[in-house]
Amino acid sequence: MKKYSIVSLVRNALGYHQNWEQAWRSPDPKPAYDVIIIGGGGHGLATAHYLAKEHGISNVAVIEKGWLGGGNTGRNTTIIRSNYLWDESAAIYEKSLKLYEGLSQDLNYNIMLSQRGVMNLAHNLHDVRELQRRISANRLNGVDSEFLTPAKIREMVPIINMKPGTRFPILGASLQRRGGVARHDAIAWGLARSADSRGVDILQQCEVTGILRRGGKVTGVETSRGTIRAPKVAIVTAGHCSVVANMAGIRLPVNSYPLQAMVSEPVKPVINCVVMSNAVHVYVSQSDKGELVLGAGIDGYNGYTQRGSLHVIEHQLASLCELFPLFSRLRIMRQWGGIVDTCPDASPIVSKTDIKGLYINCGWGTGGFKATPGSGWVFAHTIARDEPHPLNAPFNLNRFTTGALIDEHGAAAVAH
Amino acid sequence: MLLIPCPWCGEREEAEFHHGGEAHITRPKNPDTLTDEQWADYLFMTSNTKGVYLERWVHQHGCRRWFNIARNTATNAILAAYRIGQKPPKRAR
Repeated sequence: MKKYSIVSLVRNALGYHQNWEQAWRSPDPKPAYDVIIIGGGGHGLATAHYLAKEHGISNVAVIEKGWLGGGNTGRNTTIIRSNYLWDESAAIYEKSLKLYEGLSQDLNYNIMLSQRGVMNLAHNLHDVRELQRRISANRLNGVDSEFLTPAKIREMVPIINMKPGTRFPILGASLQRRGGVARHDAIAWGLARSADSRGVDILQQCEVTGILRRGGKVTGVETSRGTIRAPKVAIVTAGHCSVVANMAGIRLPVNSYPLQAMVSEPVKPVINCVVMSNAVHVYVSQSDKGELVLGAGIDGYNGYTQRGSLHVIEHQLASLCELFPLFSRLRIMRQWGGIVDTCPDASPIVSKTDIKGLYINCGWGTGGFKATPGSGWVFAHTIARDEPHPLNAPFNLNRFTTGALIDEHGAAAVAH
Repeated sequence: MLLIPCPWCGEREEAEFHHGGEAHITRPKNPDTLTDEQWADYLFMTSNTKGVYLERWVHQHGCRRWFNIARNTATNAILAAYRIGQKPPKRAR
């Protein structure tokens, strides 16, 4: 891999940008690997990157049905934060945020991390108490978090509607200053380039159709490009995790729902942090291109169609216009949906399974983007050592049997 | 927006309804005798089917009655609506 730098930029500019090397290869599948990762989204690619980098396991295939980052990695609203309530969640999401903070250097790829602050609004007394509880819990866990009074909120976001008599009065907010946004495609591409340069084979347009087992052990996968053998197989297929796990006879406590997002036409800089409101169901930030990036809650029914119902969007835009009246004449440019895999406790599953050599990483629901590097880091450890890292041990599949759930419905915010 | 055929009211907009999750999950008759695994399976595990999925809906802003539908989750095509307690029609199996 040729390193990207100011020198390489100048050299390639002089060559009219005709000579950049490919960021990753497109090899044919080998007959066997040490590890097969099913799913070439951010989490799968991060798993491959850390398997190669931290554990020296580079005879790895990442198998992707479509194209890299074409699922939820390319469909989310790119928000990164770690202000979760419980110790287990704070630890894993904070690990992820710390990895994000060094990821551009680690990958030699600019992921455009912008730690512009993530604000969660409180609209009534209960919201205020709930936020203050979460802020205290965050601070005990070493996660930066602070309470903002309405005057401070107005200072940071002058366009927010704080007129008396407004439908959603703003009584306060929590702010995580280290939270923010990053460039989602760059994360997929940077991770792919790094993994590929360490010897990982990335197989796009290759669909897994079966998981091969013998005597309670996994032996490989059946794909649209032939049989590929491996003693370890990892499922990281987000919205389709139930479908793939079903190939190995595993039932998951997961429901897949459509989650919609959209962007407005681009405007000049108008909002310089991420504003989220759990109660009125909307979140907004402004991209570097000037578009408002908007998200809200999931659609109410199971589905795999990557599109949702209009009334969900209407509800979200009504909330947006109430909170920010000046957005009312903006036009929406694009709208899309992704399939999110939600668990009953709004926490993920990063776990071994009853089948030896089969691992699963799913259930990140509506907030997996922020966890991309952390999820890959702990999952790589789980696969390499055949035992979970202390950070992901609580997020095992067995917790639904023991009852040790990690209820993050509050901190999972708007979308759940 | 789905157009949902309520067995009592006919086709109405999805916004009048509320989704009630997977259909035909029966509460175990003797919960005391179940193992933790069996109880977890009843309580949490889902089929989350991609394809024809049997699910419950309630016509919350209409007749307020519960019923089942068979819907293809990959296309959103609704194949059948039938009453609670009935078996799914053949074309939906």
